[in-house]
Amino acid sequence: MASDTALKPDKRLTPKLAITKAINLKLPWISLTIVSFILLCACLAPIMAQHNPERINMADRRIAPFETVEHPLGTDVMGRDMASRMVYGARTTVFISLVALATGAFVGSILGMIAGYKGGWSDILIMRVSDAALGFPTVLVAMIIVTLLGAGMGNIVLAVVITVWARFARMIRGDVLAIKEYDFVTSAKIAGVSTPMIIARHIFPNTVNTLMVITSLQVGQVILLEASLSFLGLGLPPGAPAWGIMVSEGRTVILEVWWLALFPGLAITIVVLAFNFFGDWLRDTLDPKLRRA
Amino acid sequence: MKRFIVVRLAQAALTLWLLSLAVFLSVHLTGDPAAYLLGPELGSQEYEQLKKNLGLDRPLIVQYGDFMWGLTHLDFGRSAVKGIPARDLLLQRLPATLELALSAFVLSIIVGVPIGILSAVKRDTIFDHFGKLFAVVGIAAPSFWVAIMGILLFGAILGWLPTFGRGGLDHLILPACVLGWASMAGMVRLARSSMLEVLDSEYVKFARIKGLKESLVIWKHALKNAVIPVLTFGGLTLAGLLNGSVAIEVVFAWPGIGRLMLTGIQTRDFPIVQATVLAAGFFYIVTALIVDILYAYVNPRIRYD
Repeated sequence: MASDTALKPDKRLTPKLAITKAINLKLPWISLTIVSFILLCACLAPIMAQHNPERINMADRRIAPFETVEHPLGTDVMGRDMASRMVYGARTTVFISLVALATGAFVGSILGMIAGYKGGWSDILIMRVSDAALGFPTVLVAMIIVTLLGAGMGNIVLAVVITVWARFARMIRGDVLAIKEYDFVTSAKIAGVSTPMIIARHIFPNTVNTLMVITSLQVGQVILLEASLSFLGLGLPPGAPAWGIMVSEGRTVILEVWWLALFPGLAITIVVLAFNFFGDWLRDTLDPKLRRA
Repeated sequence: MKRFIVVRLAQAALTLWLLSLAVFLSVHLTGDPAAYLLGPELGSQEYEQLKKNLGLDRPLIVQYGDFMWGLTHLDFGRSAVKGIPARDLLLQRLPATLELALSAFVLSIIVGVPIGILSAVKRDTIFDHFGKLFAVVGIAAPSFWVAIMGILLFGAILGWLPTFGRGGLDHLILPACVLGWASMAGMVRLARSSMLEVLDSEYVKFARIKGLKESLVIWKHALKNAVIPVLTFGGLTLAGLLNGSVAIEVVFAWPGIGRLMLTGIQTRDFPIVQATVLAAGFFYIVTALIVDILYAYVNPRIRYD
């Protein structure tokens, strides 16, 4: 026990130790800053935006960026404030991605766990359906759904979920196949624990790392998918503050009003980059064996 | 190997069938095609008539049989908007999409693979960092935005390239580069990691110990093995190019399948939607199948997985 007491002072988390630990983790600081800033924009959009993002003001249209304090990023062809639209666009992006990813992860993990744990027909069925879902260009699937059910936030989310769940199902199934062979699962079975309980208490906690890694790696893809749908006019109604819609609005007037398409596109690129770097870091930290996947 | 091919063929067929079923059901269950076509203001008699003409008054299972029978000889029905068979429209637009996708694919290989290989060989130099940056930005930037910026820069400001429509080689350059960049990025990553792995292998170390010249080790011994997975997996990129081509075709007014699909969707022209979606799915699934078989051929270890 002497060694135990000797170790104790080291284990206490002093500020100095916390900083060393953080440095040792090699946190992706730039990505984290960008991601936090976007989340902040999404939460505080009504406070951060100077103007109503959808208020049309023809008197102030086509103001170039960096010219007035009133409109730091300029205004669009209808006099709507670009900066405010950008901030609300962040909100749209974060909201759709968050809801869609959470739902996709939930549905995908449950199906993945069933497929991996039960095996047999349910496994074959779920894996073939996920093959079909993966084996098909995501934008097209999303386009079909949005067309048949109409545009709108709920249907974009549905479109993303349908294209995203299969990835979760596959990876989680792979994990479960390995986990269910462990002795603690066998012991639980022998002890008479019910199947749902085994899945919830013994299998699921061991898939959390994979779940987090896939989620963070998928965020960028989901943001791009949502932006593409908005751009093609299959997402939110025209005029809504979404980055994809803003790029599309700027496309026709790109020669005179270049900033309309430039800023939202740049924002998408930077945010996706940040999430991708963060996802890579999380994967390397939590689950190095996924590196080649 | 034979068994593997048979199993994969059966899987591909099953996936294709699931896809066709999904297309059929999504058109017939989520709404009434006849009601879409007529709009709300028309009378019930015309509605019944149209339903009869389209064969929508029969039981669903009969309609499905008809649909499947049509598929076996590539009959997707008549475009409700243009009045000509959807197959003819599809075949008319197919060459443009194939031209764009293949050029983008070739570009991504001849540019992406060398950059990836050089990145690995010159690891942690400025060249490597540049290669990685090129790749990560290519994956993160939305292609429709890159396309617009490309039009602004090369079309409007510099005036080097035409910015819309299909024509000679000059019309192809900008769309192909934009579409190719994202998959190029994937190639760079794949080539880099594959080359790094090979450079770390025993036989490359042995070649070095033997005292072979470094250039010979890299270009003769390592390169051959590093390129194999790149080329096989590269096939999947080709299939994925269709994903990106919809937005690119829209931005560049490229007369391909992607734009046909989008107009079909906007005008609720279901035969067009069915034809384009099934064609795209068929293209993807068959490419994936070929890649799988090629890969199993090259790498025997995965055959009986």
